[in-house]
Amino acid sequence: MNIPILSIITFLPAAGALLFVFINRKQEKLIRYTALFIGIINFILSLFLYFKFNGQIGDPQFVEKAKWIGYGIQYHVGIDGISLFLVLLTNFLMPIVILSSWNSIQEKVKEYHIFMLLLATGILGVFVSLNLFLFYVFWEAMLIPMYFLIGIWGGKRKIYATLKFVIFTMFGSLLMLVAIFALYSIFYKAAGTYSLNIFDYYELVLNPNIQIWLFLAFGLAFAIKVPMFPFHTWLPDAHVEAPTAGSVILAGVLLKMGTYGFLRFALPLFPDAAKKFIPYLAVLSVIGIIYGALMALIQKDVKSLVAYSSVSHMGLIMLAVFALNLESLEGAVYQMINHGLSTGALFLCVGILYERAHTRLIKDYGGVSRQMPVFAAFFLICMLSSVGLPGLNGFVGEVLCLFGVFQFNKLLAVLGVSTIILGAAYLLWMYQRVMQGPLENKKILNFKDLTKREIGFLVPIILLMFFMGIYPKPFLRKMDASIHNLLNQVHRSETFLVEKKSDLKIPDKVSDVDLNHNLKENKTESEDNE
Amino acid sequence: MREVFWLIPFVPAVSTIILAVFGEKLSKKYISFQACGAVFVSFLISVYSFIGLLKLSPEQYPVVKNLFSWIHSGNFQANLSFQFDPLTAVMTMVVSAVGFLIHVYSIGYMAEDRSYSRFFTLMNLFTFSMLLLVMASNIVLMFVGWEGVGFCSYMLIGFWFEKHSAANAGKKAFIVNRIGDAGFLLGMLFIIVNIGSTEFVNINNAVAGGSLSSGLVTLIAILLFVGATGKSAQIPLYVWLPDAMEGPTPVSALIHAATMVTAGVYMVARMNVFYTVSEAAGFIVAIIGAITAVYAGTMALTQNDIKRVLAYSTISQIGYMFIGCGVGAYAAGIFHLYTHAFFKSLLFLAAGSVMHALSGELDMRKMGGLKKYMPYTYPTFLIGAIAIAGVPFLSGFFSKDAILTAAFAKGQYVVWALGILGAVLTAFYMFRLIFLTFHGKERLDPEVKKHIHESPPVMTIPLSILAFFSVIAGYIGLPVVLGKKVNWFNNFLKPLMPPIHETHLSVGTEWLLILISIIVALSGIFIAYWFYLKKPDVPHKWVSRFPFLYKLLYNKYYVDEAYNYVFVRPAIKGSEFVYHKFDLNVIDGAVNGTASGTGFFGKVLSYLQTGFIKDYALVFLLGTIILLGLLIF
Repeated sequence: MNIPILSIITFLPAAGALLFVFINRKQEKLIRYTALFIGIINFILSLFLYFKFNGQIGDPQFVEKAKWIGYGIQYHVGIDGISLFLVLLTNFLMPIVILSSWNSIQEKVKEYHIFMLLLATGILGVFVSLNLFLFYVFWEAMLIPMYFLIGIWGGKRKIYATLKFVIFTMFGSLLMLVAIFALYSIFYKAAGTYSLNIFDYYELVLNPNIQIWLFLAFGLAFAIKVPMFPFHTWLPDAHVEAPTAGSVILAGVLLKMGTYGFLRFALPLFPDAAKKFIPYLAVLSVIGIIYGALMALIQKDVKSLVAYSSVSHMGLIMLAVFALNLESLEGAVYQMINHGLSTGALFLCVGILYERAHTRLIKDYGGVSRQMPVFAAFFLICMLSSVGLPGLNGFVGEVLCLFGVFQFNKLLAVLGVSTIILGAAYLLWMYQRVMQGPLENKKILNFKDLTKREIGFLVPIILLMFFMGIYPKPFLRKMDASIHNLLNQVHRSETFLVEKKSDLKIPDKVSDVDLNHNLKENKTESEDNE
Repeated sequence: MREVFWLIPFVPAVSTIILAVFGEKLSKKYISFQACGAVFVSFLISVYSFIGLLKLSPEQYPVVKNLFSWIHSGNFQANLSFQFDPLTAVMTMVVSAVGFLIHVYSIGYMAEDRSYSRFFTLMNLFTFSMLLLVMASNIVLMFVGWEGVGFCSYMLIGFWFEKHSAANAGKKAFIVNRIGDAGFLLGMLFIIVNIGSTEFVNINNAVAGGSLSSGLVTLIAILLFVGATGKSAQIPLYVWLPDAMEGPTPVSALIHAATMVTAGVYMVARMNVFYTVSEAAGFIVAIIGAITAVYAGTMALTQNDIKRVLAYSTISQIGYMFIGCGVGAYAAGIFHLYTHAFFKSLLFLAAGSVMHALSGELDMRKMGGLKKYMPYTYPTFLIGAIAIAGVPFLSGFFSKDAILTAAFAKGQYVVWALGILGAVLTAFYMFRLIFLTFHGKERLDPEVKKHIHESPPVMTIPLSILAFFSVIAGYIGLPVVLGKKVNWFNNFLKPLMPPIHETHLSVGTEWLLILISIIVALSGIFIAYWFYLKKPDVPHKWVSRFPFLYKLLYNKYYVDEAYNYVFVRPAIKGSEFVYHKFDLNVIDGAVNGTASGTGFFGKVLSYLQTGFIKDYALVFLLGTIILLGLLIF
């Protein structure tokens, strides 16, 4: 295939942003519709990616390579079964958030959409890059539009929040940059050529002591992004102050850059160090689950509550990532999509309330259901998806994560299961105080139920929640081979061991035989073609 | 046998979707027709499948219908598949039959409610979830139904959510249930990891074949039972059920009496191999059931709210079902589940009819002498009370006696004695309720009395049908002492149950046990008669003689308060403390402190409005250069 589809998807939003420079700022309607149109086109293009993607091949597909600066700095993009879904999720949420800011953003509409589209390119770039330098450029570049989105269209403490966000993230990423340079020089010494291709680095056998430092540098950058306990305090502030669309993208996709970083870089590049730190990181993840949930329980601000619930949910995802077996990783990736949908949707719901009452405090609400029955139903479904009610998407991810963690360590799984109790507690309590009870605030009497536009952007999410809860197969089967590859990569220092003890429980060996069989066939086929 | 049984849950599911999407636009008449019709169709298919099942030989159980692979990842495989066997047949018929009658009753009861379509949507959704629960052929799908009924319960308890108490009760029910569900989920994970399959057939074979260590079997059995104590309101997780009476009365009848709360009993019967292999787990089930039966019975003694008495009675009766399962008489436990579904939903619906007549009055102190105003409700209520009290020749007698005889035969004399004590209490509080409500002096509010009326036929006809079944339902499971063949129910379920090592009681002992049961029931009724009709001042004297005991019972042993004080408050206060001390002070303090200490924060702040990108890039570049320098040298 000669069409550089990944590059088109990645840079289409940026091209749109460029186009906006030439549109008169007064033509707000045109700007909104164009942005929405670009978002939808990009989503359709990424659907094409989904259908063309071969789930039985674990190596990156749609790969594009081009010369760039030289010295190993290449333009090199491609997606595997993990990044595929993050690209899809990003492009699914983009048109939704653009539609959600139709009324709430009235100032500097042009700039807002320019930043939004630039943000999309930045995020997509992170997920498709296969060259470390390229990855780093996108990783940092994406901060700038996010910084402005919070800093300009945010709430009262927007400056504080946005600076905190940038400083936290920058602190981590600078360490990562150092680590990238270190890797770069180590590779040069070892191979005699320059490279920043991550697959070259995958081949590199690093001294375990060096791995430790590099792992810590990479890991910190990603842990802050996730955010893992105790690096999470930037998140509630950023969420509370960000405009609705910013919160949705932040929770929906930005946080996944952290988990994705662990999966793509920190774990497979430094497997020995990773194994050394996994017990500690797993404990931090469990603390995050419980801590985030308890903090969510007592928040007085709805947005802050949802933000802390993110800390808790991301804790479960990280725990599953560190469990490193097939079920846990598939669960983690699945849960990454789920969290994007359910938390994103919860922020949209909070945004809908905020547009009507201009307050985020729980105590200012009460009895909203009576006034907005349709909204009540939508909000309820989003909440249940987050709680992990079977039949909706959250359950599938949660049960796979917990099952994987259970195989890894039973005690951690027992502690992790507390999420299903605490999750119900903080969300149901919030729902009760906001939506149920007698109607005390007179302002609520003026609330109008959902408009067609609002129904329009919530319905796709709700439908997807049901679909993913009832029929997860189309998602899971696309990621099988890539997760096998990842596990092989992480366990490569044990390959010798695995071959000797074939009964050893290494996930790629225990999965269904058919799949392995197909994999082998495909590999030989592709080799033949070459 | 034609495999149409998978349609049983499917029909209410389709109805739910239609009602959920178009409900507001449909007429009340159509909604009632569709909602009741869907459940009735489920009932017809259940009966049809049941007849088909009778033609099969026991070796062919269960019939499994696999629709598609639902969740599959590595070792975790769960299908969307249903099974049909005698246990499922009993459950689907009970759920759809009682469900249908309660749906019909609701047409009258909810006629004036403005959220009519929401009510029937949720009732259909509940029926679907419950049928899913009893028909799932694997434990993961069962968990879907398990959580689904919990969710419907939450929605229906909080149906009138404008009331604080209703919204609170719904939330409480869901969270307490989730505590149980967490235990169930862990049990499930243990099973899947150790057995490698989620299908009941494989789980049964693996455990019966001894492929798990006995300690593990006990652990799994207890974890699953934790789930059962949540759903079936047993000690220590029963606290949500009395509050659940905030929901509309048909909901209490369907969910909190006949079906959902018995899901735990069904689950234990379905997983009976665990409780048979592990004697210890079986004993725990029996003893928890026995203690709950008595404990809940004592709390029912002093309640004045007619529905709350019935709620405690439900907790107590489910305790009996667990006694049956715990002593290995699973068929007896399920038999009691089946008879209880009729007489307890009858009692609730009859109570609803009383409330309907009295403009929503629930307090028995403001009733009395209603007999003459309610010519249909009174006799049906009375039949329900006689049936539950264990008077011979009505259904409750046969099922309760089967359980107690089994406990005695197993040598569990303590459990048997608690069961007998519970039986006295049951007879007493039920007839206290009857006498206070329908007999004696009228204590009605004058305003209420003006509007007093018997309920419409759409409500009294279901009552009559349920009363009819409360009388005759027991005759398919007559005591074994009358002959082996007469207990059709036992024989029907036998292929699924573990072979009982029959400790033969002599015919004399069996008759003696039956006699004791009868005496116990009659004496309970007599004491109630003495206390509340003959000498109405006696209860007051007792209250003043034992004020402490009365207060303890009246306040339900202060368990709600204790839970609140031990679990809820510390969680909230502790979290608040940590939030302020740790999140806001230590972590943020450190970050902000460092930043402002170096002046970095303040400086950056002042630059914000004037092209920050430049400064940002500058800082970024500077840092990079410094770090690069550090790296090279």
